[in-house]
Amino acid sequence: MDLYEYQAKHLFDAHGVPVTPGEVCTTADAAHEAARKIGSAVVVKAQVKTGGRGKAGGVKLADDPDDAQAKAGAILGMDIKGHTVHKVLVTAASDIAAEYYVSFLLDRANRTFLAMASVEGGMDIEEVAATKPEALARIRVDALEGCTEAKAREIADAAAFPEEIKDQVVSILQQLWKVLVDEDATLVEVNPLILDPQGTVLALDGKVTLDGNADYRHASHADFEDRDNTDPIELRAKEFDLNYVKLQGEVGIIGNGAGLVMSTLDVVAYAGEEFGGVKPANFLDIGGGASAEVMANGLDIVLNDPEVKSCFVNVFGGITACDAVANGVLKALEMLEANGVELTKPIVARIDGNNAVEGRRILNDANHPLIELVETMDDAARRVAQLAAGK
Amino acid sequence: MAIWLDENSKIIVQGMTGSEGTKHTRRMVASGANVVGGVNAKKAGENVDGIPVFASVADAMSETGANVSVLFVPPRFTKDAVDEAVDAEMPLAVVITEGVPVHDTAEFFQYAENAGTTRIIGPNCPGIISPGKSNAGIIPADITKAGRIGLVSKSGTLTYQMMYELRDIGFSTCVGIGGDPIIGTTHIDGLAAFQEDPETDAIVMIGEIGGDAEERAAAFIKDNVTKPVVGYVAGFTAPEGKTMGHAGAIVSGSAGTAAAKQEALEAVGVKVGKTPSATAALMREIMTGK
Repeated sequence: MDLYEYQAKHLFDAHGVPVTPGEVCTTADAAHEAARKIGSAVVVKAQVKTGGRGKAGGVKLADDPDDAQAKAGAILGMDIKGHTVHKVLVTAASDIAAEYYVSFLLDRANRTFLAMASVEGGMDIEEVAATKPEALARIRVDALEGCTEAKAREIADAAAFPEEIKDQVVSILQQLWKVLVDEDATLVEVNPLILDPQGTVLALDGKVTLDGNADYRHASHADFEDRDNTDPIELRAKEFDLNYVKLQGEVGIIGNGAGLVMSTLDVVAYAGEEFGGVKPANFLDIGGGASAEVMANGLDIVLNDPEVKSCFVNVFGGITACDAVANGVLKALEMLEANGVELTKPIVARIDGNNAVEGRRILNDANHPLIELVETMDDAARRVAQLAAGK
Repeated sequence: MAIWLDENSKIIVQGMTGSEGTKHTRRMVASGANVVGGVNAKKAGENVDGIPVFASVADAMSETGANVSVLFVPPRFTKDAVDEAVDAEMPLAVVITEGVPVHDTAEFFQYAENAGTTRIIGPNCPGIISPGKSNAGIIPADITKAGRIGLVSKSGTLTYQMMYELRDIGFSTCVGIGGDPIIGTTHIDGLAAFQEDPETDAIVMIGEIGGDAEERAAAFIKDNVTKPVVGYVAGFTAPEGKTMGHAGAIVSGSAGTAAAKQEALEAVGVKVGKTPSATAALMREIMTGK
């Protein structure tokens, strides 16, 4: 889960990383009040989980509370790269003597962690990496040893931070490492880390990505959940504990296994090219040993998506053999009808794998008016795309 | 031969007494795997279907000569369980558990690297099977027969699908390496082992969005693999920034896309199938000439 800037800074502050004081606001009036309390010039910053908000006009300097109110009014509700701004952060404006960059992240390729640091902060770091790689220091951090003071000094030296602020940077690096480890983050980034005219180094912006697998040991992370900006169908799927991602398309997808479902999306999209660009409407993995109940929940979610015109159930019977899968699909439809769900959308089923012949016999014998059985994944994808296109 | 797992493998199950552990221990035994023990400190001396439970991995190894451990331990205990297997110098630890925090995986992987005694497969993987020889994990054993194709895959069900489509030709070993951001055994490890295995003639590798493991595998193939390799990559339609089921399956900015992976593989001469069936057909052509 990616955090908003204000949430990231909250974690920074909790672990001793210096940040400018600020307040998150959802209305222009609240921004007025926040600026009044700060009592100096402020910056009003759109809270969106995407880069480039400054260029998009989502970050504005305000001289006084009235100005802050006006700027917040303009920014709230703004659309930045498809993200609607629901919150702004009002924070004291800082004079900036220098801008730097520091981050810790998961290094998948080397199966460890990586520190990156540069004295050329404030801009797109991927651009620095591409155009001036020598300006970006990359130092491996051992998962077991962590970012010791010696390691932090190695990072600060490699990036050539000025001597007079090096102790501050070394300390901030160690505190950021604590954020990464103690909060189970996979990314902690400060861009820019600034030097103010008084000689103090502090985090002006922050980005943190948390590992959802570690939620069980961080009850407080539930507060970071972004219900306002989560698709309502995704929220409902989460209540059913389903692995669901909403996409823009017309073909509902249900399958077992993340790889197979990703593959199903691709195959449906290819097939859809033939039918006016029909696309998959969602990702939904119901898992390897899914019961009839889980299948029913999945069908409930997918068939209730108003954008869905047809549904593809693509199951490979491995641990759960195909006869059980076929019975599960039929039982799921019965359960939905018993719950008063009106079923109208056509379902194309492809079941393959262990006991496939028996599974198909069960579905054929049931002769359900909405289910069409197609033998191969490629043919089934073509058929379901055709149905979605109304042909 | 086969890779990493064969008829001489003696398997113990960490977490054998849990419901998943018991269920899959029975399946492994039914498929002919030699499961010689389980580990649970609180249930030492008990047994599951006559298979003894030991207090520790070290005890299980000294009593049975086990050389493979399969872990069905819940996420919060996985790191300690892997560290225990490493301390006992278990040669192969297959971590089936899904949902392990990535910091824990980074730590137990580093721990194993430092010790240098244990290969880890997974976490969040279906395990490894050498059809007709042994089976360590949850891959259904009756999908395919023994043969001379090697398979290394990030995805469980796509592994089963590929095994099924090529079941008349058969496989030497199929390895599910798992879909987490950090995994103990990579595509490259699989490719290197299959290249050396005299019982493997050709290799299927299945990748998916996220990270750059497939690109690195492509570079490895170019310099080190002479056997034919066929590839498949899932996730062309995945949107940026969304995790697609597997914790590691995420396109970040312009990195980790399926298109980049396909391009890298094709650039080194790997034939990449557009669909799983098309991929199986490419392998069929290599193995049978049809």
